[in-house]
Amino acid sequence: MKFGVVRFPGTCDDVDAFLAASRVGEAEILWHADHDLKGVDAVIIPGGFSYGDHLRVGAVARFSPVMREVELFARNGGLVLGICNGFQVLCEAGLLSGALLPNTSLRFTCRQVDLEVVNASTSWTNACEVGEVLSVPAKHTTGRYYAPDPVLDELEANGQIVLKYAAGHNFNGSARDIAGVSNKAGNVVGLMPHPEHAVDVLTGSADGLKLFASAAAVPAA
Amino acid sequence: MSRVRVLIRPKAGILDPQGQTVERALPALGFEGVSNVHVGRLVELDVEDPAQVPAMCEKLLANPLIEDYEIQ
Repeated sequence: MKFGVVRFPGTCDDVDAFLAASRVGEAEILWHADHDLKGVDAVIIPGGFSYGDHLRVGAVARFSPVMREVELFARNGGLVLGICNGFQVLCEAGLLSGALLPNTSLRFTCRQVDLEVVNASTSWTNACEVGEVLSVPAKHTTGRYYAPDPVLDELEANGQIVLKYAAGHNFNGSARDIAGVSNKAGNVVGLMPHPEHAVDVLTGSADGLKLFASAAAVPAA
Repeated sequence: MSRVRVLIRPKAGILDPQGQTVERALPALGFEGVSNVHVGRLVELDVEDPAQVPAMCEKLLANPLIEDYEIQ
């Protein structure tokens, strides 16, 4: 399994995502200005502040050359994971439903959160079990997941709510405690917390590695 | 060239903590009788073809899921 990690100007979690992916497979950096996914089997859009997050988080990044390729790749069933800013980019690109709004506190918050696995059959959570709790860090200012109620109902009915903040851990005010969602097919997943920062017990938790291991276990197309 | 102003506001019904913060701050400064405060964005641009501005709003300037826009 070869993972591609997208690097935009302003991305800052690309190296951790690269190292996390390297634990379960091969990894390559994908440059934002290239129309080239280098033949990877899965794409990770990492966290940071792509294009300075000017205008709106993720709004400019979605029109970058590499994102045209990622959109095609995703629509053809390719595995795509968006983490934090990457989640925001996938929502702006319309690959995932909803949008991310400023935390209700209006503050940047960095803390460890417990995430409950709601759907363990997506390409990025198949190594988890439903109800399992993952401890990973979250760090953002704009992470309040929002979608209109009918959309939230549809996501719930389709099993597209993949991860929820455990009771008491929804610090950003996300609708229905949603921390991560998928597309209908389950090949595209986005989440605000950072599994790539939780891949070694030395730094507190290795729970995040399960997302990368999940994708690595998916047979290559 | 036409000068165009686009006002972008959080959609009604979506929690707007910035507006709430301003609404709470004003009475603290002695300004009473203020309600329904919302904070949005103003984009000013010179365009050759103003007919393109609605499409610019839909594609980039606003996110229609969470924001309303008004072209002036």
